[in-house]
Amino acid sequence: MKQVLHLRVNGQDHAVYVPAHKTLLEVLREDLNLTGTKHGCELGECGACAVLVDGEPVLACLALPIELQGREITTIEGLADGATPHPLQTAFAELGAAQCGYCTPGVLMTAKALLDHNPHPSREEIRHALAGNLCRCTGYAKIYEAVERAAENAKMPK
Amino acid sequence: MKAFELYDAATVQDAVSMLSKFGPAAKVVAGGSDLVAGVMKDWIHGKGMPYPEKLIDVTTIPEMVGIKLASDSATIGAATTLSAIAESPQMQKGWRVLTDSLFSVASPEIRNLGTLGGNINQRPRCWFFRGEKFSCYKKGGDFCFAVTGDNRYNAIIGGELCYIVHPSDAATALLALNASATIAGTGGTRTVQFDNYFTGPREDVLRENILKPDEVMVNVTIPRLAPNTKTAWTKLKFRQVYDFALVSVAVVATQENGVWKDGRVVLGGVAPVPYRAKVVEQALAGKNIKENAKAAAAAIKTVARPMSANAYKVDVATALIEKTLLDAIA
Ligand SMILES: Cc1cc2nc3c(=O)[nH]c(=O)nc-3n(C[C@H](O)[C@H](O)[C@H](O)COP(=O)(O)OP(=O)(O)OC[C@H]3O[C@@H](n4cnc5c(N)ncnc54)[C@H](O)[C@@H]3O)c2cc1C
Ligand code: SF4
Ligand code: FES
Ligand code: FES
Repeated sequence: MKQVLHLRVNGQDHAVYVPAHKTLLEVLREDLNLTGTKHGCELGECGACAVLVDGEPVLACLALPIELQGREITTIEGLADGATPHPLQTAFAELGAAQCGYCTPGVLMTAKALLDHNPHPSREEIRHALAGNLCRCTGYAKIYEAVERAAENAKMPK
Repeated sequence: MKAFELYDAATVQDAVSMLSKFGPAAKVVAGGSDLVAGVMKDWIHGKGMPYPEKLIDVTTIPEMVGIKLASDSATIGAATTLSAIAESPQMQKGWRVLTDSLFSVASPEIRNLGTLGGNINQRPRCWFFRGEKFSCYKKGGDFCFAVTGDNRYNAIIGGELCYIVHPSDAATALLALNASATIAGTGGTRTVQFDNYFTGPREDVLRENILKPDEVMVNVTIPRLAPNTKTAWTKLKFRQVYDFALVSVAVVATQENGVWKDGRVVLGGVAPVPYRAKVVEQALAGKNIKENAKAAAAAIKTVARPMSANAYKVDVATALIEKTLLDAIA
């Protein structure tokens, strides 16, 4: 059964007419054309689809948008401040922390939540926070370094 | 996934009356990480397991969310997220074995979505059960594919007819902590010790606990530990994230000068229910824990009946029990 859902994504209100059983990942990619959020395993096992709901990382492939009406959803498209990249994006680019880039949107969103709560995390805290984001390319070292560099460089924009 | 209707329950009573009105095709949903994103998305259903048509959301019931501390216990709403419990400083201080078990669940993102009630009541992970095409006993079919097929992750204790292992890490810790659940149904509210909550395939192969179709788990109460009680948690898994227990052990040991007075040794990943290893507890009674940990741990071998491909789990369980006992008193 289709119905109208009111979703707030990246600070904008959207009304989408979709079947209630579509996942957030499907609605973001197929109905809102926000394809920056990646479709990996669709099982909750890779973190490629991570987005923020009220500032906390959640897997879009497991979440139902019908449950998230009225909540603040942030995707990778909402990370930069207009044309100014987020310090995490700058650090990832400078250090080559993205290779194929498929895991990168999920990693960036999860790392943003970490830095918002804890602006100067230790390596251990970064590893812990990013434990759910699998990366097939980088071996993780560059990713951790980039999060550390972003933390150093940032006056983090909220 | 097939279409379904979703109802937000406002109160526990509201949820219970919807469940009884809608009948067997209605299910309680919390985070939905197992029911919707696992069972329903993967089309897991069968004669004994109707595909849900109506979901009753309990995360909208205020009394089911949050942690209440009392002088002698903590009461956790069943719709509280695993992250909220694991990250609570009071829970870490009072019930570390529970918060450690929760930090070992899945990944940070799944813990943000998944709830305590959902974790305890999640369905098993036997890969035949999770495969749409296998109509096994647990779905109302007439065969157990694990008996003739690859059973490396199945039960080594207490299997019969069906050989699942109970998937919940929270359940293993809660049983060790002698916790109880408050359950509401059309007949009223009851409190059940976790000792009596989980049921094996002999009782009813179609479910894993005593919850009736019209019942909701409202909250979980955990008593404070007795003085001189030490605890520890170990979970062995192939990957550090996203993985269920190959074997897990929760120890809650009340001791005096290193001697076992009272306590529990509970195993996950070995049986269709979180398994209280009474043989190990008995082997420790009145004895020095450190000196007897190895021999007591080996007592698990006397109750294990491994299948064709999982005898290794008996050795793993033996080693982990010893390690966890020693960790608790260290
Ligand atoms: C990739 C992956 C890895 C995982 N790894 C682990 C792991 O290592 N350890 C572990 O323990 N778990 C693990 N899980 C399972 C996960 O922890 C559960 O899916 C989650 O806790 C379920 O919570 P939920 O609120 O989303 O439940 P839901 O999916 O909403 O519900 C699950 C079941 O519980 C019932 N239910 C929920 N709440 C209530 C209630 N209050 N009263 C009565 N019935 C209720 C529902 O009807 C349903 O049958 C993993 C899951 C995934 C996807
Ligand atoms: S162990 Fe249980 S769930 Fe797995 S195939 Fe056998 S009957 Fe089905
Ligand atoms: S696509 Fe969601 S976790 Fe892999
Ligand atoms: S950069 Fe390729 S998966 Fe991470």
